Amino acid sequence: MNPGAVSYLVPLPVILPLFAAGLKLTIGTRLLRVQRLISVAVLAAVLAVSVVLLVAADQHGPQARYAGGWAPPVGIVLVADRLSALMLVVSSAVTLCVLVYAVGQGMADNDRPTPLAVFHPAYLVLVAGVSDTFLAGDLFNLYVGFEVMLTASYVLLTIGGTVARIRAGATYAIMALLSSVLFMAAVAMVYAATGTVTMAELPARLDALPEGIRTVIQIALLLVFGIKAAVFPLAAWLPDSYPTAPAPVTAVFAGLLTKVGVYAMLRTQTLLFPGDRLAEPLMVVALLSLLVGILGAVAQTDLKRLLSFTLVSHMGYMVFGIALGSGEGIAGAVFYVAHHITVQTTLFLVAGLVERRSGSTDLPSVGGLATLSPLLALLFFVPAMNLAGIPPLSGFLGKLGLLRAGVEDGGVLAYVLVGAGSATSLLTLYALAKAWNLAFWRAPTPEMDAVGTVLERADPEAVPEPASGVGPPAGSGRVATFGGQSITTTRTLPASMAGATAALVLFGLAFTVLAGPMTAFTGRAADELLARTPYVTAVLGR
Amino acid sequence: MTETLILVIAGGVLFAAGTALLLARPLTRILLGAVLIGNGVNLLVLATSGAAGDPPLLYPRFEAGRMADPLPAAFILTAIVITLALTAFLVTMAYRSWELSGSDDVQDDAEDIRVVRRAALADEVDVRAVRTRQARALQSAEGAGDEDDPWATILGSDT
Repeated sequence: MNPGAVSYLVPLPVILPLFAAGLKLTIGTRLLRVQRLISVAVLAAVLAVSVVLLVAADQHGPQARYAGGWAPPVGIVLVADRLSALMLVVSSAVTLCVLVYAVGQGMADNDRPTPLAVFHPAYLVLVAGVSDTFLAGDLFNLYVGFEVMLTASYVLLTIGGTVARIRAGATYAIMALLSSVLFMAAVAMVYAATGTVTMAELPARLDALPEGIRTVIQIALLLVFGIKAAVFPLAAWLPDSYPTAPAPVTAVFAGLLTKVGVYAMLRTQTLLFPGDRLAEPLMVVALLSLLVGILGAVAQTDLKRLLSFTLVSHMGYMVFGIALGSGEGIAGAVFYVAHHITVQTTLFLVAGLVERRSGSTDLPSVGGLATLSPLLALLFFVPAMNLAGIPPLSGFLGKLGLLRAGVEDGGVLAYVLVGAGSATSLLTLYALAKAWNLAFWRAPTPEMDAVGTVLERADPEAVPEPASGVGPPAGSGRVATFGGQSITTTRTLPASMAGATAALVLFGLAFTVLAGPMTAFTGRAADELLARTPYVTAVLGR
Repeated sequence: MTETLILVIAGGVLFAAGTALLLARPLTRILLGAVLIGNGVNLLVLATSGAAGDPPLLYPRFEAGRMADPLPAAFILTAIVITLALTAFLVTMAYRSWELSGSDDVQDDAEDIRVVRRAALADEVDVRAVRTRQARALQSAEGAGDEDDPWATILGSDT
């Protein structure tokens, strides 16, 4: 295909979901079947476009398109280089699977018509925002992309407006609002210091700035992206807000929203602030994230909270790669981001299936799922081992790449992080093995009834978790009342939910099977990021 | 450029006042704090455009050299729209919170609640253990031993 023509596809991952969201709001609550078809078709189209962009970016270099025909620095520019295109492919594949899962969950619960069908439009706007952040070619557009994504996420997180979700939503919304304000202040600083926010123009102008000012700007941006990415000292909001949302929402938040922060860090650290400035503070942050996160996970008794803490912990690996700043480090971080988006999303979807099967994700109460539902056990086991980093799965390959980059760096702090990374991997295995032993491997607990539904909580200290159905639960399944919340349970897993989860498990395994081409690709992506000139040339045309 | 200095000082004051409000518990106060900080940031962005000038219009009366920088104003307009939408959403959330629980205070997080419960449970166990020990001491003084493990009777099957 003509490389020039491909660049016209660049805005589509943003435009298509936004257009579909508007269409769905117009249709309202009628024609549910058509609505679902639109969502699935649009996300499938985004996936196809992303794959084309990935191939084009790999063969012909970064693809840039100016919105409205205004050339930068005046106009808004959207750029798809190797990193952006890879993130787009992974995110659209994951969002498509989660959508099918959510549709399946909605169908199984017999979708009661609500005054305003809000899940699908909000979900599509979220996808548009995520795509926009991956494609943004200037800092202000990046800010707008974050805002689009966050606004949709507030709606998705507080869907239904139950007590627990309002409680979690308050923490989440305030945290996000604060980080947005800080981001805006950082953008103002960049503009005041350099007179531009176009990322392609910034490298030259930032290099000309005095050291002190540049460091202040770098710290401000890292702080903002650190909040989004939930690295340790800025992560307290995450484990408390994510698990309360409906399972598909938690899955897509855990998989994507934090990685958007990591993507922004990767982009700014390589393009705007090359070299190893602030490498040591970043390594300390990575170290603390790894250890504090995983120790938090070990202490948890609820599957969703446990997974949330492993999420915080594994952010440390990616920050470690970014802090190293070498080709291997960046390549390792890119590989790990792609792997982690998939695996973390899959595990949260499985947690949703566990809740649907047994009525609870409270580990002391649930048991015997390996005999009650062997398929569910398989769906949990594979991504769990993948997350923990058991060879030959992609979690192992990602960690191996990062640890090798750390050894190559050779600094004391890098070696400490290599040790901490290995320890975290083991502790992740410990935490997930605990979950496996309790929920799947032992006999059904006395708290469960004959068909395997949890009737009461075993743990007196546990804080009640809310129901996770999208919309009011009704219809097909049994409704278990649990801590004042009702949860729909079914003896067999709905085919579309299990199918979507299985598809994601297979997608995660594809990283293992295609590890050779994948690592070669991430290596090329890292070279492109560190060279900086391909990106700048593609945008400015010189 | 005294104008710019005033903008920066005003922005700083808004930041300070907003931060003070953010430290409160009620959601409405936090929201007001966020709005103040948002306005403070907008002033800072405005300060980046330098001194005031002519309208940035391509019109014979206005010279390109004396025009004000239009880009910060565009940033601010976008930011105002976003802040407005978020404020509306948070106000709704504060109202919903008040409707559900009678207050719009931001609640402790689940981990805090768990720690408090664990401490309360441990206290309860301690008190009962002390009482059992005293009772047993009394009993043994009277010559009748009691072999029950106090922890098992208190915690039941949960341990």
